Amino acid sequence: MTAVPPNAILRLAGVSKSFGGVRALRDVSISVAQNRIVGVIGPNGAGKTTLFNVITGAYRPDAGDVTFASWPITRWPPYRIVRAGIARTFQNIRLFASMTVWEHLIVGQPHGGSPLRKILPGRFADRKAWVRAEDALTFFGLEKYREALARTLPYGIQRKVEMARALTAGPQLLLLDEPVAGMNRDEADDLRALLLRLSARGLSILLIEHDMAFVMNLCHELYVLDFGALIAAGHPSEIRTNPAVLDAYLGSESAC
Amino acid sequence: MSTYYAGLFADIGILVLGALSVYIILVTNQLSLGNAGFMAIGSYVASFLTAEQHWALTPALIVAALTAAVIGVIVGFPALRLKGIYLAIATLGFGEMVRSFFLVFTPMGGSGGYRGMPHVSLGYIWAWTAGVLLLVTLLERSRLWLEMRAVHDDETAAGLIGINTTLTKVGAFGFGAAVAAIAGGLFAHHYIYIEPGNFDFERSIDFVLAVILGGSTVGAGALVGAALLVLLPEWLRFLADWRLAAFGVMLILVLLTRPQGILDRPLLALLRLRRSSAA
Repeated sequence: MTAVPPNAILRLAGVSKSFGGVRALRDVSISVAQNRIVGVIGPNGAGKTTLFNVITGAYRPDAGDVTFASWPITRWPPYRIVRAGIARTFQNIRLFASMTVWEHLIVGQPHGGSPLRKILPGRFADRKAWVRAEDALTFFGLEKYREALARTLPYGIQRKVEMARALTAGPQLLLLDEPVAGMNRDEADDLRALLLRLSARGLSILLIEHDMAFVMNLCHELYVLDFGALIAAGHPSEIRTNPAVLDAYLGSESAC
Repeated sequence: MSTYYAGLFADIGILVLGALSVYIILVTNQLSLGNAGFMAIGSYVASFLTAEQHWALTPALIVAALTAAVIGVIVGFPALRLKGIYLAIATLGFGEMVRSFFLVFTPMGGSGGYRGMPHVSLGYIWAWTAGVLLLVTLLERSRLWLEMRAVHDDETAAGLIGINTTLTKVGAFGFGAAVAAIAGGLFAHHYIYIEPGNFDFERSIDFVLAVILGGSTVGAGALVGAALLVLLPEWLRFLADWRLAAFGVMLILVLLTRPQGILDRPLLALLRLRRSSAA
């Protein structure tokens, strides 16, 4: 297992979570260093999404601590964790049914200034939010979908909207849950280039993914979960040949 | 304007406010069947202040609204634990509890009712109705409303993108309760007599009906729904005993063809587009 880096922005120490008799996470300790892209892999039911839900406050762990940028966020409510600087996307896309693409890019942003300004119409409430949303539209190439109901758009576009919504929150750490699911190879390559650009801008990324080619070519470091326990951690080249990982998950995919 | 129509328009104005009080809470996906309870609180508080303390009606309405808002927030917290039909039934219980309280609260007349309030003009009622409707319409374009809609669409996701869902839902209850209280205060000073029976379950259902009929996704729907709910049974008087049955059939037909109610965001956008292209 890798040691906790001194510049870790996220640290999980001994995190466990059970649902009834099912132990979804068992004494899991991971960390994400600043400006790094870190992957979490493992078979279905390994506890990967539960890990994200613990980090983002959707679930409270039964044991262990989560620290983000030196804040103990283990028992913080989700909205406070987002405001601290962690944003996420979801395995099953969760866009708001009644909202346009533009509205998604506004609603996810931290609100600058007095809370009373929230009641002002549109751009008067927060001009910076307006500018950030325009930037995100351009960055993700979503200009022509601006006024479209986000949930009516093709799957790949919805993925982009969800990621754009997460990024407009201005996070220091972005959690992506299976970001290339349903994408073809070209779209996955585009996303890889995008994530590298974001990482170069200073963003830390923690992602769950089953597409091994994508993960191996993108991540600086990988964690492998199996039945809720961490079975390996290290550089993708080490993970690729780790016997425990080959046995539990990669198998013949190790050729990727 | 004849007394008959003045009475109808006063009823519409008050019903618009009652419907808006339901709509504001509904925006956060909480259905309240107890807003007649908040209306009763506003009605009795405002009446006490004008009849006993000789306050002017406007400050009395503001105090009544603030009182109901505080109670709305208190009701809003336990409501957080309930969803859907369970929340609806719990709020219904709250409304009946308030009505029962005033039934035995003899300092304000108990079951015998309460009188002594000054009468208000139709213009005054509609100044409040228009003001609250305008406020809600402006708020619908705000960041606050966007967050309320996010809570409506997916509460878990709303929390996970940084929205304080507890504050949003409880705040909506407080705001809705305040608007219902204003409706109650105006009701009391229009009829200059109130009794607990004025604030029964049927009153709460009228509010919900106006929202569902007029449009449950836009504030202006409350205006359309309230107008239809008051005027249609009057226009159908030629059907004599069958008028309420005919009204029920029309209601079902509207909901079958437009489950979101008569007005919705796409229709309003279309109307705006036509207006701007005609200009």
